[in-house]
Amino acid sequence: MMTGIELAGFSVVFICAVLLVGLSFLHRKKPFVFRDIPAFNRLRQAVGLVVEDGSRLHVSLGHGALATPQSASALAGLSLMRRLANLTSAGDQPPIATSGEATLTILSQDELQAAAKLSERAVFDPIAGRLTGLTPFSYAAGTIATIHDENVTANVLMGNFGPEVALLTDAVERENNFVLAGSDNLAAQSVIFASAQEPLIGEEVYAAGAYVESGPLHAASLSAQDVLRWLIIAVILVGAVLALGNIL
Amino acid sequence: MIIVISTAIAVASGVLVLAGYFFTLNLGGQPSILTNIRLVFLNWAIILAGFAIFVGIVNLLQVHIKKIQQKQKSLYSILLIVSLGITFLLAMIQPGKMETIFTTVQLPVEASLMALLVVTLTYASIRLVRRRPNLISIIFLVTALLILLGTAPLPFLGNIPGVSDLIRPFIAQVLAAAGARGILLGVALGTLTTGLRILFGVDRPYGGNK
Repeated sequence: MMTGIELAGFSVVFICAVLLVGLSFLHRKKPFVFRDIPAFNRLRQAVGLVVEDGSRLHVSLGHGALATPQSASALAGLSLMRRLANLTSAGDQPPIATSGEATLTILSQDELQAAAKLSERAVFDPIAGRLTGLTPFSYAAGTIATIHDENVTANVLMGNFGPEVALLTDAVERENNFVLAGSDNLAAQSVIFASAQEPLIGEEVYAAGAYVESGPLHAASLSAQDVLRWLIIAVILVGAVLALGNIL
Repeated sequence: MIIVISTAIAVASGVLVLAGYFFTLNLGGQPSILTNIRLVFLNWAIILAGFAIFVGIVNLLQVHIKKIQQKQKSLYSILLIVSLGITFLLAMIQPGKMETIFTTVQLPVEASLMALLVVTLTYASIRLVRRRPNLISIIFLVTALLILLGTAPLPFLGNIPGVSDLIRPFIAQVLAAAGARGILLGVALGTLTTGLRILFGVDRPYGGNK
């Protein structure tokens, strides 16, 4: 037995799932073309430079707990990290992942280990995936040390942050390195817009997988979001008109 | 083989938990079996997350012990390990004193970092126009200034007429609220598709080799 809200929620999830599957098949036949997001082009260049000059890539996943909705941006970050770890596998040093949540640390270690095995790198360093602090500011303080001390030249900050992300972007700026940053948190997004070299705003965080060519379902998920966005716009407009006419 | 098993477990758990959110009641109006399964799984997840913190702290120790061994800014690492040891011992001997540690050490340190954030953000705002000299940056800065002027009354003058009572509420309650809702809708859709990708087993942030 379902209530009205449960039915609405189930319908949205079901429609999204059908769209994902359908659009991924369409994408295989004729790849979708997405708008250009300059931040991802510059990320590719920065990753190339990391491999060339033997420095390190640093991915920071924020402090969103895995059992909460805030973890979705970190999961998107993990997906991006996996792809970037594969791309930098030819480099001298493996990427470093920092996080402010223990479960994310374990997942990041797992991703780095998988990437290392895939590239047949002999040694996997378990502390390449590290917990830097359990509160937002202790996490930021610990991550700043990584940005300064680990021969990092490219940084990706993607996950659930608060305004403390400004301390991280400032640390990157002082090192004169590349930073791409995105968060699901509104306060963090405004801070990132003001302080990061390459900010990702809104749903652009979740588009990362599609832009680094992680697979057809990533591309399909972007198109599914577009379709659902149009549906929501239509519902809002119809609702507004009905409300103006005192029908709703 | 391991990846097949771990993917199957993750997908099945995810589907059951998700279904537990939608099918909360059975035909008799009682909590459905899916709701009960969801609660059990969530409790397991909380226990695992608690143990993960222990693993995380061991990881933190490993990182800083290695830094000390490599003599890489080892003073901070020694300070961290000593503080961790003292906190751990105190928690074992006098658990009631833990709150004192948080209010006398952790909170002031974090508050000082918060104060540092004000300086960092002010500097970042100044650099914004140099980094991205475009219309959006100018709108961003002008909006921030108007909100600040409308929020903080001027010394001896009080609220600024027009800004405090008209412009600030219009920006905060109409423009910003509408923009924020738009962004949040986008974030919600992104969260939904990310979750579904994991349920489909396409993104697998678990299970080692892929």
